[in-house]
This record gives sequence, structure tokens and C-alpha cells, in this order.
Amino acid sequence: MSEQHIKLPEGSIEKTTTTLNLGPTHPATHGVMQNILELDGERIVSTEQTIGYIHRAFEKIAERRPLAQITTLTDRLNYCSSPINNMGWHLTCEKLLGVKTPKRVDYLRVIIMELSRISDHLICNSIVGVDAGAYTGFLYVMQYRELIYEIYEEVCGARLTTNMGRIGGFERNFNNIAFEKIEKFLAEYPRVLKEFENLFQRNRIFMDRTKGTGAISAERALNYGFTGPNLRAAGVDYDVRVHSPYSSYEDFDFTIPVGTTGDNYDRWLVREQEMWQSLSIIEQAYRKVQEFKGAAADVYHADVPEYYLPEKADVYTKMEALIYHFKIIMGETDIPAGEVYQSVEGGNGELGFYLISDGGRSPYRLHFRRPCFIYYQAYEELTKGAMLSDAIMTMSSLNLIAGELDA
Amino acid sequence: MALSNEHIKQRLTEKFPDQVTGFEEPYGMLTFEAPKDLNLKVLNFLYDDEELKFRFMTDLCGVHNPHNKAKELVVVYHLHNLEDNVRIRFKVSTDINQPDIYTATGLFSAANWMERETYDFYGVNFVGHPNLKRILNVDEMDYFPMRKEFPLEDSTRIDKDDEMFGRGGTQGFGTETNEADHRNSVIAENEKNDETGRPIV
Amino acid sequence: MSRPVSYNLIKKPLVDDISIAEMPAGQQGEGFFATKLNDVIGLARKNSIWPLPFATSCCGIEFMATMGSHYDLARFGSERVGFSPRQCDLLMVMGTIAKKMGPVVKQVYLQMAEPRWVIAVGACACSGGIFDSYSVLQGIDQVIPVDVYVPGCPPRPEAIIDGVMRIQDLVGKESLRRRNGQQYKGLLESYGIQ
Repeated sequence: MSEQHIKLPEGSIEKTTTTLNLGPTHPATHGVMQNILELDGERIVSTEQTIGYIHRAFEKIAERRPLAQITTLTDRLNYCSSPINNMGWHLTCEKLLGVKTPKRVDYLRVIIMELSRISDHLICNSIVGVDAGAYTGFLYVMQYRELIYEIYEEVCGARLTTNMGRIGGFERNFNNIAFEKIEKFLAEYPRVLKEFENLFQRNRIFMDRTKGTGAISAERALNYGFTGPNLRAAGVDYDVRVHSPYSSYEDFDFTIPVGTTGDNYDRWLVREQEMWQSLSIIEQAYRKVQEFKGAAADVYHADVPEYYLPEKADVYTKMEALIYHFKIIMGETDIPAGEVYQSVEGGNGELGFYLISDGGRSPYRLHFRRPCFIYYQAYEELTKGAMLSDAIMTMSSLNLIAGELDA
Repeated sequence: MALSNEHIKQRLTEKFPDQVTGFEEPYGMLTFEAPKDLNLKVLNFLYDDEELKFRFMTDLCGVHNPHNKAKELVVVYHLHNLEDNVRIRFKVSTDINQPDIYTATGLFSAANWMERETYDFYGVNFVGHPNLKRILNVDEMDYFPMRKEFPLEDSTRIDKDDEMFGRGGTQGFGTETNEADHRNSVIAENEKNDETGRPIV
Repeated sequence: MSRPVSYNLIKKPLVDDISIAEMPAGQQGEGFFATKLNDVIGLARKNSIWPLPFATSCCGIEFMATMGSHYDLARFGSERVGFSPRQCDLLMVMGTIAKKMGPVVKQVYLQMAEPRWVIAVGACACSGGIFDSYSVLQGIDQVIPVDVYVPGCPPRPEAIIDGVMRIQDLVGKESLRRRNGQQYKGLLESYGIQ
């Protein structure tokens, strides 16, 4: 019964707060990140984050790979919406190389990017529900994520880490099955989204859990470098698709939902409304794509044989195609030296690619501006004085994807 | 009225004559450099000025140029004026043997972890940072992995045959002397590792 | 709620509403059934595996799809996924394990009670995957013994289910004395696990 057997850490008897390790493996942390919380009863006094548990050295790997092979790395950043990352990287390369994509390619890219945005927001919103205790919504909408995966499979062959597209467009034209599946999605999904909304939006328990917790003001959010739905929930309508339009987003008519207080409930609502807006954009893009008839409907990539692999039949019969094929595969294409920064609106905010090229076939330096990494810093401020259960809700409503956090 | 790049350049050269240099506009984004002691002054000027209003820090990263002696480590700030939708890139460089740069966390809270990441990868010491320790790598790591002299793979591995991967051995990648073949080499000619894979110091 | 049409165009008729596991080989008589204890225990264990999803990255999302209603993993007895290693049988490591995470995986493995199995899902857990870099552990078998490897990047849910079925084979046929035997102890010794 004597205290000699128990070795207490220095100063632990005088300490009035409890240290709780919300460790790297925890059902509520989606992905691996560690939070060491100092609790005073149930109230959080301070937190300390440790990340890097899935640091895969993307930036170092990218210095070794030719531009086309880096697409597979970008898949694994925000893996819930990998086509957006892929398209962002292709846009960066196209900016560096001066490639202009035809309109049909842009519209097809928009369809895919908005589908992946819906896919990402579905995971985030349903997991917020799961963390509050409501598992049903998650299972319901996973069926529609399966349909989105089927659409990706028709286009590029993979479900999750898609490696979709090439510099200048897509690797193959969308076939009829892909268009049928997109039509099916547009026909069936609005009812499902409405049902999902009805489960949570005016649900008393959900509102009590999420309203007023994890709030942040617009000034602090801007100072912390927030972008995406988290910033829009705080009241600032900054969306890269509108401010620096890429891939013909200026041809589409959509609104940007904006919240007021920046708390968890506003974030949930902003993501929900963004899904409705994405649905409308997909409908518009689909109609625009259907307007291309005849030979124009066969265009699925830009005419840049220096960077886009020519058809295999041409490689075996024509001289120029053979030379281009050889140069692209062996990495002998002329890539201009220079530095370029391109950003796209990812599921979590402004995903930026800062590429410094020295003229060689791999980048000299590639840096990913990852939105999750930048706004996770604010977690301490968001949860100061909150209760432990609110801290869990805040973490899941911020939509932290570990792959994007650590890169 | 749009805030044009020429106008920003003019305001900067008025305020910091002869100290902001290297004005370029690659792909439409104004890029300039300044000595490292002035980085906070320039950032504050860009933030406070009522016309320039660069109040959003988009990105902060590091670059290692082993061939620019005395200016090897470069820290690049990307700033964004959200109201007029103008972006700007600002670089400061420092010597690799004394890589001290003033921290920007007082002005932008976003710079906190981005500077830790730059420290983790390149070893840039941000003076005044509240918590400068490694963020993505293990705390016990004793080298700065993104610097050009270090290889991508883990150099303590014993199960990988370097000969098969084109490194070391009697023939292959590491033994050519042709400069053109080193265009994409991570290892500079005069900074080759010894047999154990550690850099020769 | 309408459901998306399934991929398969050839419909197979449902034979039985409930599928029953196969009876092990044994002697049957009136009111008794004699078989090996091994087989019975193996049968019970293999159809009620409680997995611990150690999901780190992209493979974790495919696991979520596997647990969803389309590719239901609950059919195999894994209805209850636990997050406490003390209560789980199968450690499913899904995703890249960085060197920083290695000690955590080992700690979770040590906290599991015998009998325990490990399945490495995804190329990163099997061998480091596409990330041959200074910060990624080149396969979790550097730190813990692995029973089944499921390759893929990420593996399709069907492949993950196939991996679980292989684990079921291993569990069903495992000898009751294996965990106390010399070979198993030698295996743990080689990993530095007492």
C-alpha cells in the first residue's frame, strides 16, 4: 500500500488537469493523427497535435518521377476525391507546358470533379452523423458512393485511387455505359440527398450536438489560412472555381453557399448545400456535353502529340507518332524551365501545386499546398473550453483526411 | 480599377529601393526577392497597405538550390489579395550554414505549421517561432531529408541491392562523369555518398 | 429507396435464405456427434471473427466500402468491428505504415490476446507499396508477424473479402496447440516479442 511501488511522473500530484491521449489509433480520428488533450473534468484546457504518422514523402518522390507519373502520387493526397487532385495536377502541367484543352474535355473534367466533390462531402457529412451516433445515414449513402465508383471505373478502370486523365485530357472517351450511369445518378440521387438531409438537418439531437461548437470567426479563419467549406461556413465566400476559374467553370451557373458562425452545424450545412450545387453543375455539364455531335463528340484530349501519347495504331505505322511516343516514354520531351502555381477547389479547400521545373523530365521542386494541413493548426483554438464530445465532433466536421495532412 | 503587377512593383520599389530585386512574372504571377532581414518588413507592408492588402497567406515552402553558394535555402511565400484577386510570390534566401529567418507567425497564424514543415525538410531555423520542432518526420531524425544531397530511399536498408536500382556498384548511374546525364540526379557530383549511404561530411 | 442496379447482368437464383456452415467430418449417431475438438473450435472461431480495422489511409476507405451494404463483410461473422485490441481476433492493417507509426502497430499487436491473426491489406502494408522512401516502413512484417497479405492499391472489396476468407481457412484449420509450440514462439522471438 505504500507509494514506493507507484512511480508518478514529475509534478503529477500538483497537476489539476488530466492528460488524455486521443491517440493515433482511435475510432473517432479518421486517419492517423494524435491529440494530447489536457482536460479539466470534461472541459478542454489545451490540446497538442502530433501528425506525420503517415508521412510518405510525396514531395521527395516527385523529384524523381516524370510529370505523368506524379498523377499516381496526387491520387493519394485527398483519397476521398482523388479525381480532383489528378485534374489539378494535369492543370498545373498544362499551365507549365502551355497546353489548351478543348471545351468538351473541360466539361467532362467538370462532371468528374463535381462527382468526386459529392463523394467527398458524402463521406464527411455521414461520418459526422456516425460520430454523433447516427450510423444509418452513412450506410444509406454509401450505396450512392458505389454508383460514383462505378462511373469512375467506366472512365479509368479504378475505383478509389483513380489516376484519371492525362496531360491534355482523358485516356479514353466516355462510353455509353458511363453516360447511362451518370444519367442514373442524376435521376436517383436527388431523392436520396433529400432523405439524408431530412435525417439530420432539423434533427433535435444533431442540432444540439453541433450548433455552437467549434465556432471560428471569419477574421481568425482567414488568418489561419482556411479555405474551402470550413472558410465558407465562417462567412467568407472564397471559392477557387469562381475566383480563378479553371477548366471552363466560368460557363456554369452555380452559387456558393456561405454560413454565418463557422460552427460544426454551419459546416455540415455548407457541405450539404454544396452537394446540391454540384448536382446542378453536373446536370448543366452533362447537357453541354450532349450538345457535341458527330466528330466533335470524339474529342477527348487536346492535340498535343509532344505530351500526349499518340494512338498505338499510329505508332506502328507513322514516323512522327513513333518519335513522339519514344520521346514521351523515355522522358526526352522539352519541358520549359520555370515556376508555376496552380490551385483547384478540392473537397477541403484550395489545393495548390507549386512546381519548379528546371527543364528536366522530373520537377526540380514540387510542393503541395494541402488545405487540411493548414487548417488543422486551428484545432486548438476551435476546441478551447469545449467539452470532450464537442472536440470529437469538431475533428470530424473539419474533414481531416490523413493523406492530405501528411503527404 | 485592377491592381496590376506593374503597380505593385512600383509601390514595392518606392518603399524598399534597391532592396527588392528579381522582379519576374512567370505565368502571370509577380515574383520578387528581398534580403532575409527584410522579410517581415515586406510582409507587413504588403499586409497593412490599404491598396495592396495581401492579407491571406496561401503557402510557405522551402527550396534547396545547392549551386547558388551562400543562398542555398530559399523560403517562398505565396500571398493572395482576396478582394482584388491578385496573387504574389515573395522569396527570401539564406546561407545553408546559417539558415536563420524571422518567423511570420506573428502576422499569419497559418505560417506556424508551414514553417515547422520547412524546418523539418530543410533545416531553416525560424527565429521567434513558438514551437519549432519536427512535424512530419520522427523526432529523432538527425538530417533534413528534402535537401538535394540525401537520397529518397532509406539509406539504412540492407535488403535492397543497389546495383539493381542503378546506383553504386561498378557500373551504372552513379559512375558516369557526363554532366548532361546528371540533369535529374538528386545527388550532385561533388556531394556523393560513401558506401554506407550517408553523406560524406 | 431505390437501389442502384447491380453490376451483374446474369442473375443467380437464391438457393436458400440462410446459408449454414459445413459440418466438420465426424461420427454421427443417435443423439451424439463425435469429431475432433480442433474442428469444432475452428468452425466456431472462423465464423465469428471480430476484426480490428487499423485503417490508416486509402485502403481504409475501401474497407468502409467493404463494410457497407454492397459488399457486406458482416456476412462473414464480422458484424462487430472493435477498436479495442483486447477484444479482437483479427488485426486488419490497411494503409501505409510510416516509421513513426511502426511502434504503434507493434503496441496494438502486443495488446491483442491469443489467438490473434494479422492481415496486411494493400500494397503499402504488404511491402511499402509505391512509397519506397525514407519515412515509410517497407511492409508491416518488419515489425509484426503477418498471416495473410492482400495485394492491391487499393484492393477491391472483393479482394479484401477474399483475404478474410483465407484467414477463415487458417483459423478453421489451426491446431489448438500451435500457440504454445516451439515454432510459434520462435517466430515471435524473431520479432522481439515475448
